[in-house]
Amino acid sequence: MNPLLSVTGLRKSYGLVEVLKGIDFEVAAGEKIALIGPSGSGKSTCLRCLNFLEKPSAGEIHLDGERIGVSLGRQMSDRQLAPQRAEMGMVFQLFNLWPHLSVTENVAIAARKVRGLSAREAQELALEMLAKVHMTHRADASPLELSGGQQQRVAIARALAQKPKLMLFDEPTSALDPELVHEVLKVMEELAAEGRTMLIVTHEIAFARDIADRVMFLDGGTIVEQGPARDLILSPREARTQAFLKQIRH
Amino acid sequence: MSDFIEPYFEYGKEWLPLLVKAMGTTALLSVSAFALSLVFGLLLALCRNAPSRALSHFVTVYVSVVRGVPLLAILFLLYFGLPGIGITFDAFTGAVLGLAFAFAAQVAELFRAGLMAIPKGQREAALAVGFTPFQSFTLIVLPQVVRIIIAPLIVTFVSLLKDSSLASLITVNELVLTGRAMATEYFLPLQIYLAVGLCYFFIAWPFSLLSRRLAPAVG
Repeated sequence: MNPLLSVTGLRKSYGLVEVLKGIDFEVAAGEKIALIGPSGSGKSTCLRCLNFLEKPSAGEIHLDGERIGVSLGRQMSDRQLAPQRAEMGMVFQLFNLWPHLSVTENVAIAARKVRGLSAREAQELALEMLAKVHMTHRADASPLELSGGQQQRVAIARALAQKPKLMLFDEPTSALDPELVHEVLKVMEELAAEGRTMLIVTHEIAFARDIADRVMFLDGGTIVEQGPARDLILSPREARTQAFLKQIRH
Repeated sequence: MSDFIEPYFEYGKEWLPLLVKAMGTTALLSVSAFALSLVFGLLLALCRNAPSRALSHFVTVYVSVVRGVPLLAILFLLYFGLPGIGITFDAFTGAVLGLAFAFAAQVAELFRAGLMAIPKGQREAALAVGFTPFQSFTLIVLPQVVRIIIAPLIVTFVSLLKDSSLASLITVNELVLTGRAMATEYFLPLQIYLAVGLCYFFIAWPFSLLSRRLAPAVG
């Protein structure tokens, strides 16, 4: 069976600094993958290259057989990229909810404007997605009234409303107060149990161990080591992986 | 005192329609010019942030030139100067354009400040859900910018309204020019210019109140 996502030779440079030095991996439908690694290792950049929020310098990305970001040998504009981006739900470290819209509107607006649902259909969809993240009770609130954990759960609902083929999580709990991390991880756990395809950049090693099918350890812009989550986290082979995991446990 | 008040009773019936008509002209002039300056100003602000160096330089030069030139000079240039090279406007159009060009520079600075206040992640999240750049701007970024700058925008409108009086000098029959004609006819400049001033105040006052209400609370 073809992989849902395939990434080959992905490179990204900012000026003279090469942040990604050739990344290759595949993701099967339903697979949960955790990207771990020290800050500056390129894991967030890697994730952001997948939906072209960062434009890769080289390499190919295919989602469901479709080449992302390049058409007829030419790089697509942001306008041309829009339908491809809609196939991937993205959750940001800083939530990035839109403060001028209500919680429900945050979740519903793309369904209307991108997928062409009617106002009522979009509203129903939004409430359904909010139920999934246990946020129905704040449907009419402004994002500004919510705690960080609640905001992030709404942001997850917003991404789910895209009916994406793939969910991208960019350090979803890194900006949260420690006591709010759990509620977000719990929601993500429930999504994982539904069999969604998820790519998660995270520092939550225990979470990665329990949730992910596979863990990739990035350092210095390359995948140093990857493998089944438990194996990699409990008995890493590479010295750099061992050092990183040791550091993070203390 | 009664000498002062009396003319209002005596001529009020004649003055009122003249002043109301002139108020209409002033209001139409100001609103048209402001609407146009919003469009110009937004375009200027966007060009300033555009990747093209030439465009952003053009905006910088435009803003500094327009801010350094008196509005009256701009109006004279448009109305009396441009016919010299075969471009003519009627007075009202000339005044609308002159006011719009001049105030676009201020509006552009407001938009620019507002745009800078919106975190980058707002647009990224919009692109990520599948919005086009145009949708991201109109649905997500611009509404937030407008909320931030609405109060100073209204203040700018009020100062445009007052500066629209300069249009009298290129023969637009707005409040001041009407007032001058009335003052000549009735020989009652004190009463008439006072009435003209009140007319401006009546238009501007609600906007001043509005801007104070919409200004973000401090502290």
